[in-house]
Amino acid sequence: MKKLMWPVMALLAFTACNNKVKETKLPIYGTREPITKMVGGKQVTDTVYATIPPFSFVDQERQTITENDLHGKIYVADFFFTSCPSICPVMQRNMVSVAKAYQGKPDFKLVSFTIDPRHDTIPVLKEYAEKLGAKADQWYFLLGKKEDVYQLAEKNYLVSVSESNTAPGGYVHQGWLVLVDKKGRVRGAYDGTDKKQVDQLIVDVKVLMDEEENPKT
Amino acid sequence: MKRLIVLLLPFTFILTTIFVSCQSESEIEYKRYYIQGRNIYQTQCKNCHAENGEGLGGLIPPLQAADYLKKNKGQLACIIQNGLKGAIQVNGKTYNGQMPAQTQLSPIEIAEVITYISNSFGNKQGIYQVEKVNVDLGNCR
Repeated sequence: MKKLMWPVMALLAFTACNNKVKETKLPIYGTREPITKMVGGKQVTDTVYATIPPFSFVDQERQTITENDLHGKIYVADFFFTSCPSICPVMQRNMVSVAKAYQGKPDFKLVSFTIDPRHDTIPVLKEYAEKLGAKADQWYFLLGKKEDVYQLAEKNYLVSVSESNTAPGGYVHQGWLVLVDKKGRVRGAYDGTDKKQVDQLIVDVKVLMDEEENPKT
Repeated sequence: MKRLIVLLLPFTFILTTIFVSCQSESEIEYKRYYIQGRNIYQTQCKNCHAENGEGLGGLIPPLQAADYLKKNKGQLACIIQNGLKGAIQVNGKTYNGQMPAQTQLSPIEIAEVITYISNSFGNKQGIYQVEKVNVDLGNCR
């Protein structure tokens, strides 16, 4: 009997951990407000979460990309510029590893917004994307009006960006890779220069995919 | 058992001493260059050229088993100090990006990082001393 106890306990410990992994849920970022509405004659209070607002940008293939193209997709967004000498190469290298992890999944996209629209024209973005080995149907490199990009970055993706004369390359920006769910809600931000956090991001994308497949709430 | 340990202790001590002193003067110098060079690489080069020297797609050339390093030994110091612009060929592929200048690095630091790069990632070119770097820097194009 005693001999049996150890394997049984080990098994219990193992399954306990397994359950924990399955129950992982990602937080929902941004402001939220309760709304009360009438459903079937009853008053119901629901929570409205912040979502990425409408936008319209052009990608490296000259296609217009709006929030509608990303609706129903899980995606990772970052802010960069092609001539960036500091953190972008490492961020984009890590984006490549995320892209590879979910290659061939039509519901998963990557979006890189340029914060230097003056220099990063469509041909520049196209050449950059191709040299990076990015697939045009999985990874959009988006060009838009500077005010729009900056506003979207700061207000909605919660990434700080600005122009600066003293920063290398002329811009300061944070290296967050922002995870967005199928409803356009920000679900995580990961330091794109830190391999460990990027590995976590890859895991969390899967968590989101599972969440969409078995919705509990 | 105790006696055995007491007997063995001076013996191992002698062996270690012999081993350590066997590392010649030049080997120690090489190691010093290499380790310092690795520290510089981590802070100044890794973001672009990657931890393992693979570069970044077709944007940033690899340092892995790079023929370019062998063919341009005397140019490396100038490239690190002044940056590089224009097309270059590395392992049969063309790269046309821009490498930023690292003007903050001193000649000894440049020598150390050259030694690290040219003896890592499948390269084996030996030490590159600061004296050579000083000559190279005087002949930058």
